[in-house]
Amino acid sequence: MIELEGLTKRYGDKLAVDGLTFTVRPGVVTGFLGPNGAGKSTTMRMMLGLDRPTAGDVRIDGKHYAQLRDPLTSIGALLEAKAVHGGRSAYNHLLCLAQSNGIPSRRVDQVLETVGLSAVARKRSKGFSLGMGQRLGIAAALLGDPRILMFDEPVNGLDPEGIHWIRTLMQRLAAEGRTVFVSSHLMSEMALTAGHLVVIGQGKLLADTSMSAFIAENSRSYVTLRSPEPERLRDLLHGAGMTVVPRADGALEVDGGDAAVIGELAAANGLALHELSPRQASLEEAFMQLTAGAVEYHAHSEARGTAPGGAPAQPGGDGWGAGRQAPGGGRGKRRRGKHRNDVTDPDQGA
Amino acid sequence: MAATRVLRSEWTKIKSVRSTVWTLGLAAVTTIALGALISALTKSQFDQMPRQEQISFDPTFVSFAGTGLGQLAMIVFGVLVVSNEYSSGMIRASLAAVPQRGTFLFCKVGVATALALVVGMATSFVTFFLGQALLGGRGAELGDPGVLRAVTGAGLYMTLITMFSMGVAAMLRSPTLSLGILMPFFFLVSNILGNVPATEKIGRYLPDQAGSKIMQVVTPADGGAPYGPWAGLGIMALWVLAALAGGFLLLRRRDA
Repeated sequence: MIELEGLTKRYGDKLAVDGLTFTVRPGVVTGFLGPNGAGKSTTMRMMLGLDRPTAGDVRIDGKHYAQLRDPLTSIGALLEAKAVHGGRSAYNHLLCLAQSNGIPSRRVDQVLETVGLSAVARKRSKGFSLGMGQRLGIAAALLGDPRILMFDEPVNGLDPEGIHWIRTLMQRLAAEGRTVFVSSHLMSEMALTAGHLVVIGQGKLLADTSMSAFIAENSRSYVTLRSPEPERLRDLLHGAGMTVVPRADGALEVDGGDAAVIGELAAANGLALHELSPRQASLEEAFMQLTAGAVEYHAHSEARGTAPGGAPAQPGGDGWGAGRQAPGGGRGKRRRGKHRNDVTDPDQGA
Repeated sequence: MAATRVLRSEWTKIKSVRSTVWTLGLAAVTTIALGALISALTKSQFDQMPRQEQISFDPTFVSFAGTGLGQLAMIVFGVLVVSNEYSSGMIRASLAAVPQRGTFLFCKVGVATALALVVGMATSFVTFFLGQALLGGRGAELGDPGVLRAVTGAGLYMTLITMFSMGVAAMLRSPTLSLGILMPFFFLVSNILGNVPATEKIGRYLPDQAGSKIMQVVTPADGGAPYGPWAGLGIMALWVLAALAGGFLLLRRRDA
C-alpha cells in the first residue's frame, strides 16, 4: 500500500504537485493518469524518496522510503527506459542492484527469464532497443519480488506484442495481491489494464475512482447507421421511440440503441441498411475533458466542478457532445491515429 | 543497509564496465613509459647538465616524471565512476536501491579508491624500479633515505587525485563539465600558477602541487615549498576531504 498525504512539490514558483492525497491499494492495478507534464513522474520520484517533497508525506506500507530495509524487496519501480550504463551487460546491471539489497544472484537469471532477455543477458545494453530497455527496467522492478510495483509509462516504445505482454504481467501481479501503480497519459491503455483510476492534472487530484465507475459515468454507447433512405429510416426509428442524431456525412447515430433491435426493425420494414455498427464513445475523450477542466481551472481561477472522486460537472458539455455532432471522420481519425488501442470497439470497452 | 552489500554492488559496477580497465591501464602505462623515457634521456644527458642541477639531482623524482600525464587518466577514471551514474540515468535506480545517500556515495568512492590505490602503488613501484634501472649508476636505491617514502607517496598521490576527481564529479554530476574543468586545471593551470612568481605562493597550496612534494627526495635548488613531504600530502588530503564533503552534501540535498 502506498499512502500520499498532501504531497506537494514546488519548483520555483511553479507547483508541479499540489497537495495530492490518495492511497494505492493492493490487489488491483491502479492507473495513474494525467496529461504530459501533469506531475506524474515527479509524484513517483517522491514516492521513491528520490525527490524531496516541499510539503506532505508518502508512506510505503506505513514507512518512509528511507526507513525501508532492502527497499527493492518492498517496492520495485520502472522509472525510465534505458536508465542503464550502456557498457554494462543486462546481467551485471541487475546483479549490482541485487547485491545492494542482498538478493541472491540466481534471482537475476529468473527475472531475465521472466522478461524474455535471457538470450541477451551478457550483451552490453548499449545495443538494446527501447522495448528491450523497458523489459530490462521491468526486470529491475521485479528483482526483489516486491509487494508493491510502480511503472512509469511502461508501454512507451513497446510494440503491440510488448504492450500485450506488459498488460498481462501487471494484471497477473495485481491478481497475486500486489499493489500495482502504473502511470500513463493514455486513457485507452488504462481502460484495458487498470481496475482503479487516479487522475491528476496540473499536479492536482481530479479523480480517484474505480475504473468501472469511471466508465459508467463517462462512456456512451451508440449505434451508427447508414441507409440509402435515411429519411425513412429516421422516421422509423423515431416511431420506435429512439433518439436519432444525423451526422454531417449522412450517417445516423442512435444513442444507447441496440443494434439487433434496429436491424430487425429495418428488416421488418424492408429497409436496406449499408451500415449498422454498435460503438462506444472513447474514454479518452472523457479523460481529456476531465483534464482540460483542470487547465481551465488553473488558467482562469474559475471553479469548474472538477471535484476529486467525481466526473466533470458538465459531462455533456462542449467535450464529446460537440465531437458527436462533428463530421464522423474527424473524430475517428484522430482517435485511430493517436492511440493504437482506442476503445472504439465495444468488445474492448471494459 | 549493510555497507558490505553496497560495497559488493559497487565493485560489480566498477568491474563490469570497460572504462575501468582502459583508464587505469592508460594511467599505469603512461606513468611508467614516460618515466622510463625521461629517466633514459636524463642518463644520457647527465654529463651535459649544469653543475647546480647535478648537485640537486633527484633520481627518484625523475623516474616519476610521467605522473603529471598519467594522473589525467586517473582523473578520467574517478570522474567516470561517479558521473556515469548521472549521464546514464542509473542514479535513480541506484538511490532507489540504496536510499542512504551517504552509504551509497562513500561505498562507491571506497571501492574506486581501493582500486586506485592498488593500481597507483603497483605503478609507482614499477615506475621507480624501471626508472632507476635506466638511470644506471645515477639511480637511487629503495633503501636510501626518503626513497621508500617517495615511492609509496607516489602511489598515494595517484589515489588522492582520483578521490579528488570523484568529489568534484559528485558535485558537478556531468562528466563533460567535470573533465572540462579538471583536465585543463591539472594539466596546465596548476602548473602555471605554481611556477609563475606572482602566483607561486598560492599555487603551491593547490592539491597536485602540494601532493607531489611527497615524490621529492632531494630538496630542489630553489629551496622548495615551506612544508615537508607529508605536510604536502596532508594539504592534498584536505582538498580531497573538501571535495568529497561537498559532493556528499549536494547529493544529500539534491533531487535525484
